[in-house]
Amino acid sequence: MKAMYSAKVMEHFRNPRNMGEIPDADGVGVVGNPVCGDMMTIYIKVKEDRIADIKFKTFGCGAAIATSSMVTELAKGKTLEEGLRLSRKDVADSLDGLPPIKMHCSNLAADGLHAAIEDYLKKKGGEKS
Amino acid sequence: MIGAKPEEIIFTCGATESINMALKGVAHRNKSKGDHILYSAIEHMSVLNTCKSLARQGFRVTSIPVDRYGIIDIEALRKEAQDKTIIASVMYANGEIGTIEPIREVANVVHEAGAYLHVDAVAAAGQIPIDVKGDGIDLLTLSSNDLYGPKGVGALYIKEGTRMEPLIHGGGQERGLRSGSENVPGIVGMAKAAEIARDEMEAEATKLVSLRDRLIEEVLASIRESYLNGHRTQRLPNNANIRFSYVEGESLILSLDMEGVQVSSASACTSKTLEPSHVLIAIGLKHEEAHGALAFTFGKENTGADVDYVLSVLPSIVKRLRMISPLTPKELLS
Repeated sequence: MKAMYSAKVMEHFRNPRNMGEIPDADGVGVVGNPVCGDMMTIYIKVKEDRIADIKFKTFGCGAAIATSSMVTELAKGKTLEEGLRLSRKDVADSLDGLPPIKMHCSNLAADGLHAAIEDYLKKKGGEKS
Repeated sequence: MIGAKPEEIIFTCGATESINMALKGVAHRNKSKGDHILYSAIEHMSVLNTCKSLARQGFRVTSIPVDRYGIIDIEALRKEAQDKTIIASVMYANGEIGTIEPIREVANVVHEAGAYLHVDAVAAAGQIPIDVKGDGIDLLTLSSNDLYGPKGVGALYIKEGTRMEPLIHGGGQERGLRSGSENVPGIVGMAKAAEIARDEMEAEATKLVSLRDRLIEEVLASIRESYLNGHRTQRLPNNANIRFSYVEGESLILSLDMEGVQVSSASACTSKTLEPSHVLIAIGLKHEEAHGALAFTFGKENTGADVDYVLSVLPSIVKRLRMISPLTPKELLS
């Protein structure tokens, strides 16, 4: 089973970074579905258009947990624009790749980040008007 | 081992071939009787896909539901087994959830309709007593490697007088039912494995049942929202299938693997199709429940110390993954 994953995936699965919730998050992104076996929630705190803090919670396989952890590491400190440009491929590449079958089903973390940023932008837009 | 006469056994290249041969061979040879085939909803993929293939060839196939423990619905079987039914395929026991089927009752119902009964005994053989005569079985599939024998060999019991045609035609080996040079080393290995399994079964089963029951009882007692899949007593000695809410099977397997424990999961994430196990869906689990199931299978080499070890690592693994999961209710973590 382990052999399927890169050492980096296993390391992030074992010691996920930024795991948890942000109770007063500025943006929250929920992607996936427990019915499909993968679901993640990404929380962000935004300061001066940068992702000042980010946390995740994930239900899913090893790849789902590792990609969630990796996306938080990649996104932390980035501008919102840079965050929106982070792709599924960036996440998979940073983990030294994922098994082909996991590329679609479990590689949702970038989508989760985008959803959290969009949630923030929508709320912010709402405040202005 | 199963109470068959030597001339009623055909050796094949494995259980998959035996199943294909039994269902296709009987279906095609008995078209004059009808065009209908029955199978239980929790059969192995070899049965399900063989039935699909037969359906594409014009046979009507009907899946018989099971209850929440995985036991076949006898009344549904009685209703569906009709004049036109040629053969029914019902497993002796399910290897994933461990449930043992009431084969004698099944045989009575199937025979009342004048149909043949094929039984997949891959998971049951060597675990529990099987008596093809007393049980009323017409065809029975066995696998060598599931009896600790060599791979690449299996057997099909065919009751004397069963009307069927071969799957593989050629030089007429195995009384014309399975041509091709016999895999003699494989057959000798399988026969020896079956002999050992028969001699050791009773003592082995007693040991496995005690390991199994202790694992089930202590896991259910020590981990909240963990549930047994399958039947509590009508269960294979070597199987404990337990599901854990709010976590996913593959991440459980990976975590156990890191602690040196090998288990299996039918979670979507470990399969090629990304669909959860049809067996867990057939017993009525929701997809998200099926994702969190683990099958613990005990073997000859397992001891009470292994159960102790699993019990020492599993609660913290489940707890860690539940902390990571957004589905876990807060009160479960306190």
